[in-house]
Amino acid sequence: MTNNKIGAVMTVGGGIGGVQASLDLAESGFRVYLIDEKPCIGGVMAQLDKTFPTNDCSACIFSPKLQTLAQNPNIEILAYSKIEGIEGESGNFTVKVRRKARYVDAEKCTSCGACAQKCPTKVPNEYNFGHDLRKAIYKDYAQGIPSVYTIDTTNCRVFNGKKCGVCAKVCPAGAIDYEQQDIIEEINVGAVVMAPGYELFNTAHVSEFGHGRMPNVVTNLEMERILSASGPFGGVVTRPSDGKHPKKVAWIQCVASRDRRKGMPHCSSVCCMASIKEAVIAREHDSSIEPTIFYMDIRAYGKDFDKYYEKAKNEGGVRFVRSMISRIVEDPITRDLEITYVDENNKLQTELFDLVVLAVGIKPTESAIETSRILDISLDDQNFCTTTTFDPVQTSKPGIFVAGAFQAPKDIPQTVMEASAAAGAAMSMLVDQRNTLTIKKELPPERDITGESPRIGVFVCRCGINIAQTVDVPGVVDIIKDLPGVAYAGENLFTCSQDTQVQIKQIIKDHNLNRIIVASCTPRTHLPLFQETAREAGLNKYLVEMANIREHCSWVHMSEKELATMKAVDLIRMAIARTSKLEQVQDQQLPMVPSGLVIGGGVAGMTAALNLADQGFDVHLLESTDKLGGNAWRLFHTLKGEKIRPYLERLLEKIENEKRINVYFKAKIEDVSGFIGAFKTKISQPEKESLVIDHGVTIIATGAHEWKPDVYGYGSDPRIKTQLEFAKALDAKEPDALNANTTVFIQCVGSRCDERPWCSKVCCNHSIMDSIAIKEANPSARVFVLYRDIRTFGLNEPYYEKARRLGVIFARFDAENPPSVEVSSKINVRFKDKVLGGEMTVSADNVVLAAAIIPDEYNKELSRLYKISTNEDGYFLEAHMKLRPVDFATDGVYLAGLAHYPKPLDETVAQAVAAGAHAAQSLARGFVEAPGMVSVVDAFLCRGCGRCVDVCPFHAPELVEVSAGVFKSQINPALCKGCGACAVACPTGAAAIRHFKDYQITDMIDEAIA
Amino acid sequence: MSEEFVPKIIAFACNWCSYAGADLAGVGRMQYPPSIRLIRLMCSGMLVPSYILKAFEKGADGVLVTG
Repeated sequence: MTNNKIGAVMTVGGGIGGVQASLDLAESGFRVYLIDEKPCIGGVMAQLDKTFPTNDCSACIFSPKLQTLAQNPNIEILAYSKIEGIEGESGNFTVKVRRKARYVDAEKCTSCGACAQKCPTKVPNEYNFGHDLRKAIYKDYAQGIPSVYTIDTTNCRVFNGKKCGVCAKVCPAGAIDYEQQDIIEEINVGAVVMAPGYELFNTAHVSEFGHGRMPNVVTNLEMERILSASGPFGGVVTRPSDGKHPKKVAWIQCVASRDRRKGMPHCSSVCCMASIKEAVIAREHDSSIEPTIFYMDIRAYGKDFDKYYEKAKNEGGVRFVRSMISRIVEDPITRDLEITYVDENNKLQTELFDLVVLAVGIKPTESAIETSRILDISLDDQNFCTTTTFDPVQTSKPGIFVAGAFQAPKDIPQTVMEASAAAGAAMSMLVDQRNTLTIKKELPPERDITGESPRIGVFVCRCGINIAQTVDVPGVVDIIKDLPGVAYAGENLFTCSQDTQVQIKQIIKDHNLNRIIVASCTPRTHLPLFQETAREAGLNKYLVEMANIREHCSWVHMSEKELATMKAVDLIRMAIARTSKLEQVQDQQLPMVPSGLVIGGGVAGMTAALNLADQGFDVHLLESTDKLGGNAWRLFHTLKGEKIRPYLERLLEKIENEKRINVYFKAKIEDVSGFIGAFKTKISQPEKESLVIDHGVTIIATGAHEWKPDVYGYGSDPRIKTQLEFAKALDAKEPDALNANTTVFIQCVGSRCDERPWCSKVCCNHSIMDSIAIKEANPSARVFVLYRDIRTFGLNEPYYEKARRLGVIFARFDAENPPSVEVSSKINVRFKDKVLGGEMTVSADNVVLAAAIIPDEYNKELSRLYKISTNEDGYFLEAHMKLRPVDFATDGVYLAGLAHYPKPLDETVAQAVAAGAHAAQSLARGFVEAPGMVSVVDAFLCRGCGRCVDVCPFHAPELVEVSAGVFKSQINPALCKGCGACAVACPTGAAAIRHFKDYQITDMIDEAIA
Repeated sequence: MSEEFVPKIIAFACNWCSYAGADLAGVGRMQYPPSIRLIRLMCSGMLVPSYILKAFEKGADGVLVTG
């Protein structure tokens, strides 16, 4: 690696993976260039309607992230751009980027949409898969970022030699530029993170399903748009051929997945859950819909997935039929679709459906493959990016990392983990360049306005014609300029433009304003801009208020101009009432102890500790036993054939040699106090004095265990082993294990049952790995795998195929009819074979039980100590199941490994690096940022009743004994999120939220009804 | 003939969800009567019941709490 490292990173792909990696890097002091070939970032996640297993609205949870990204001054978004070349080496690359001409000046475009309204050319809208139309000048979706329109030159009249130019005429900002050229830019970065996502297999090559020919056959992604409220049918479930509401809807799984003939031997990982979700949501939209899912195995292997599946099956009205579908026949008149399948009783059935959804296999995008060639990183047979289990985000080329579905098909939380892990890997590589290229502004001192009477400046925006065509802007200015407290009122064509910011600062000075109001669009996107302007003029940023006269007025009352104008005046008067009462508020910075505590010395804990140490922070690593390594000592190979023991030994050696890591063996946590930035954890060790560790952040990596079965005769005979016990015997090449004549693997032992309703995720893959080992050592051995669903997700599927090819016999059983085990000279395993329909008995030499993975009992105690939650199964509960898989809701505490949920080693490593990256992000900032908009308690009014403590979901208030027997509530600003629940609960009015105090709201109510 | 009754409505909206929803209604140009006045809160949890009473006291015909 070069010595001349660059503190910037390029992230490739604007989906959730690229967005998460960019945010993590920028928040940790690196400059980021986010590049995406599409005109707007957002990727597939922005197109989804809902997300499983929580049914969260995808746009609702993703948009705030996109907004945060757009507002981060250290992230430059290069949308509509592609990589054309790369030079240099890890630490210092020069990337050649082509920024395609949009023919719209991004600096000028305000995204008002006038151009698209008037554009005469309508073309199929690819964002909605052609189910509706867009114009030749367009934006993919309303909230798209960057908020800029783009001309599609293939369809634009001007670019086809026809007379037009309408968009240029109507654009109020003069942003249209038909002469714009592509720009080639060279960008210097230290690392690259590839997160280009995936695309669907081309359905032209699965013509037996009729997609493209039959209008009522759609893909999974089309179904997402059909269900979406912002989709082509406004969220009404609609049949494309005739606009009718479909009643019978079928989902067909594994279309070009698990299908080597189509060159798609892998499992696409997400389709089972996505289809179940779509079926459930479709019924939420229209309860008369009868969904049927045709499947081979239901692969509900993630956290809470099986519960979701069981609920859909038992309560959600979704019918599941285990049958592989080979074709669809369309009725040419009605366009109904006929599906022939084999039912559970081996009978051929034919059924008509109104709409069929194909779960089409996912693969790397063509452009990602091309970019990989340019970057010179290796891809596997299916063009997924090559990585190893032990370094799951490292590509074949140093300095280039990978995250998301480009590495293997995967869901959103796994993508988010890998994105944070890729960011973490880049951070530790570029650690000495932290904060070298990030922007930090020099600001003038704040003017203290205490005691001054309000001198408010009101800036009313015309927003081109967006506001002015409905609201009489000069009329509004005329009315408000004479209102009490208003020292200045004026109008602007675009208040948000750069030159207007300069004017606003001048006006603040000239008129000696002490508060300002911008009456324009939504504060959700624009308040930070005006706050910055005010701050640059020496005003506290909390003295800025906005009145939303666009989204909430001119755009929604377009035909009622007079009433809209009156409403605009009202909204501004309400803002004036509030603004007159605004006070200066200071954001706070609390100290951060620059070290981390990692609990658990398995692979997850060690990996997280090493990442933190690599990033320059001291780490205290607690291990409850006398040995690091955890479950990894009991694992020997990965499915890919990598050896685990040498890896583990390397890891132990690294920990040993890392001066920044202090390991505490046989450690027991006695007590915990404090919060992010200032935790105090008291630990004890045998024969040592207990000590208190000060740490800024905490990582929980306490692992999980293999369940000791009380079924299938376990414990009664040594030939009946658990998976881990058998793995040890296999590794030792014990002849009884490897060369046994007959081995039976029984899956789901204690998993997916009432007591433990989760899938343990790793067991199918483990049994298949061991059965392959037996067959390869002894091809004449008989190996049986008794299963409920084989869950070889992602790139593991080809190993299932390999096992079958080697002659391993897979037999399926139902949960209601499990196999029985009887010990005699052999072990007789009796099961009902679904294919042959009869009872079978196998006399086995060995029986291997795929025992469930169960959470540690100690989790409950830890959850009390660190104020973190577990789910009903006893696994730790992350802050958000989809988008925050390594954070807890409690700030400063992070999560990795099996303590979160059963997972294979590569996922554990990724999650551990991600947890390290998030912890380091907090530590690298050097302080705890506590926004000023938090609760504050007036000690005089507080009577110490503790209601605030009861209602606060974030543990921010605490009752402190200020004198003997007298308790007062004190708010910890580091934990307070400013929700105001305490203020509402407080019976004396002692608790209040800064910037949202009672009188700052009630005065608005007065004006609202004036 | 008496004028048609147009109710005056005060709406309290959470910054993170329903306020954003009202923004999207604007982006989607969904038309609704201009007699509604929306007040942004950081969380519907900060809505003190007395705000609702106050709105009615001041003459609101309806109060919408969203979050």
